[in-house]
Amino acid sequence: MGHRQRRELLGKLFEGIALAATVFGLLVLAFLLLDVARRGLGVLSWSFLTSYPSRFPEQAGIRSALLGTVWVIPLTALFAVPLGVAAAIYLEEYAPRNRLTRLIELNINNLAGVPSIIYGLLGLELFVRAMRLERSILAGALTLSLLILPILITASREALRAVPMSLREAAFALGATRWQVIRHQVLPVAFPGILTGMILALSRAIGETAPLITIGALTFIAFDPKSPFDKFTVLPIQIFNWVSRPQAGFHARAAGAILVLLAALLSMNGLAIYLRYRSQRRYQW
Amino acid sequence: MGLTARSVVEISTARLQRGMAARWREWGELAVQALLFFAAMVSVFTTIGIVAVLLVEALPFFQQVSLKEFLLDPQWTPLFAQKHFGIMPLVAGTFLTSAVAVALAMPVGLLSAIYLSEYASPRVRAVLKPALEILAGIPTVVYGYFALLTVTPLLKRIIPDLETFNALSAGLTMGVMIIPLISSLSEDALYAVPSSLREAAYALGATRLEVAVRVVIPAALSGIVASFILAASRAVGETMIVAIAAGQRPTLTLDPRRAIETMTAYIVQVSLGDTPHGTLEFRTIFAVGLVLFLITLVLNLIAIRIIERYREVYR
Amino acid sequence: MEEIVLETQNLTVYYDGRPAIEGISMKIPRRRITAIIGPSGCGKSTLLRCFNRMNDLIPSARVTGRVLFEGLDLYSSDVDVVEVRRRIGMVFQKPNPFPKSIYENVAFGPRIQGIRDRRKLDEIVERCLRAAALWDEVKDKLHQNALTLSGGQQQRLCIARALATEPEVLLMDEPASALDPIATMKIEDLMRELAREYTIVIVTHNMQQAARVSDYTAFMLAGEDRVGRLIEFGPTQQIFTRPRDRRTEDYITGRFG
Repeated sequence: MGHRQRRELLGKLFEGIALAATVFGLLVLAFLLLDVARRGLGVLSWSFLTSYPSRFPEQAGIRSALLGTVWVIPLTALFAVPLGVAAAIYLEEYAPRNRLTRLIELNINNLAGVPSIIYGLLGLELFVRAMRLERSILAGALTLSLLILPILITASREALRAVPMSLREAAFALGATRWQVIRHQVLPVAFPGILTGMILALSRAIGETAPLITIGALTFIAFDPKSPFDKFTVLPIQIFNWVSRPQAGFHARAAGAILVLLAALLSMNGLAIYLRYRSQRRYQW
Repeated sequence: MGLTARSVVEISTARLQRGMAARWREWGELAVQALLFFAAMVSVFTTIGIVAVLLVEALPFFQQVSLKEFLLDPQWTPLFAQKHFGIMPLVAGTFLTSAVAVALAMPVGLLSAIYLSEYASPRVRAVLKPALEILAGIPTVVYGYFALLTVTPLLKRIIPDLETFNALSAGLTMGVMIIPLISSLSEDALYAVPSSLREAAYALGATRLEVAVRVVIPAALSGIVASFILAASRAVGETMIVAIAAGQRPTLTLDPRRAIETMTAYIVQVSLGDTPHGTLEFRTIFAVGLVLFLITLVLNLIAIRIIERYREVYR
Repeated sequence: MEEIVLETQNLTVYYDGRPAIEGISMKIPRRRITAIIGPSGCGKSTLLRCFNRMNDLIPSARVTGRVLFEGLDLYSSDVDVVEVRRRIGMVFQKPNPFPKSIYENVAFGPRIQGIRDRRKLDEIVERCLRAAALWDEVKDKLHQNALTLSGGQQQRLCIARALATEPEVLLMDEPASALDPIATMKIEDLMRELAREYTIVIVTHNMQQAARVSDYTAFMLAGEDRVGRLIEFGPTQQIFTRPRDRRTEDYITGRFG
């Protein structure tokens, strides 16, 4: 075989290996999903969704975990979204290029890489103890808000940056103040991108376990939360609890809960993709 | 000169000067700007908050436990009767699982990046790239389930003396989770290499593989290295996979078949228990948290610096 | 003797410390069309943007000298820049209507001034669309998205939008350069109509357009140092037939630019 042919063959071999590597993760994912489905599909039922956890696997359900998630996530959005969008607006539309702005941006970048359990420690000391919120839904939501804030800010900044400068110029030239330009022209155009970012950030929050465990979300809750000050648990914590038990019956319950969690994530991300598609159709430049 | 009536000119220019309405408007604008600035500062406050919280609880800890013991004692048994406060086993556990994770993710992620950047057609890329991102979106507790209930039994068949809780399963699963981190960032780095470099190499008769390995990767090296560091940082900070599958037995070892405990899993363990707040035992989670924070901080800052430097090069 | 509405005195604009235009002194007569011509990069747009303080939006820009509007220095510290921009409107090179309805585009200026009354807004919208020679084409689809209009229509919409704040001066930065010849012609006709009521300053790289449309012409040129200066200013007739400066003549006759 000639030198040239050997090089070609090596190239083809490499391409095959690289393709295999690319697909490897996806194969593992498929394997994981099949395994979860195998164990968990049989568990899904109305009573699974409406029963409290129990010592007996056959009677255990995700009612309290589901309700906890349903309470915590919208509350998280309530805190995180205005704060994140406001910060993004400041950084994109107002902030001068100076050291303070650099510091803020560096902070945001860094916070994105801080392990989520550290946010749990922060939440424990600040919200649970210092602000006396105890191990409540409110404390959990505040902790998660801080966690997803960097993601939200980054996504919102990108949405704002995508708005063409010419739009702002036209508004300024008509005698609009900076806030008028932002409120009437920039934000409406950036809104779909911001919404997408918000959904992405919340789909991260919905799967978070460690910080909520640290602030004291319980693993065994047998009541419906009635107010933001109630104790709570969430779906991922319930999954963690059941996975940690030795009985196979609980493992099946965990798989069922995972299916519910993944279904929720799928719909959220599907919604985000749909919204992004719709918004691209509307603003044809 | 044809001047218009003086009074009209005076009125018209007078309105140009800032009157009451203008001053109100300007105060309003300033108020909005202040509010938005405060929102942006929340990130700075958060960082300060984290450092403050960790120090406030860790400092009393270090008043009772010497730094020497903390760093050098080979045992970590704060919850037992005979208390040792040496963090080395936890750090070793974290290091072991992270090393396994990165050892898997580095080659797989880099190869994926090369494939997507240099070989794949735009259509294939448009499908595979977002598909890989899905891996990053799966909640870690699901990965933990997978590690304990699927990977471990599977590995036990190949490695008979594998413990039920072990660093290998958790590490490999973490590795799969961080593949997209490496492949995405590396691919950005490879993509940023100007095509003129590639074209020059092709013109000299190089094959695609040679161009990729000899020209593109070296040019994108700093970005690739940054992605490795960020992936390592992510693995170090990971909690649920290791809490579920790696064990709760602090062990100073480099044998991945054994059960260990990571720094993050220890914090979870104490949080789930009933150690009272304000005790030395409870404060251990803040001391551990401080070490964890510092390690990931250093890794992140190095990676950010590298990324900024290579963005400059191709401006 | 013409009445002067806008005047610059030794105007210099610095970007990041480097001058882009220097020592510009010129007088813009009322209700006439003044064209600013010159090769690309000579600072025409920079000069134009000084008249409505749009250069304020560029953080690295610094302005020295004076820009007088009705005798008042626009850059003095007690001037309300929002009011300046209402009185001196601007139309941009590439039509940039808001991605809203035609109605909302024109109504935006009056709305942010506080005008809420629906009938008043209706009246303003119709008046301005008529003045921009667009009313007949859009009167049945006022609530359709402005981006569905053709390029020429969008630019006329931008003109109507600028007119809605009742300015005295209209600044136009190469308003027809992104348009086809027929649309360009419509814009030029419109300009002549508008000049009856408004003072118009237009930047153009199209010499023939300047000769066709304007009453006065200012010729700018950037030297070796890449700093734009005013070379000559005068009635359009005179600039194009008997230019006083050699460089003006070279540019007019197409020797460069």
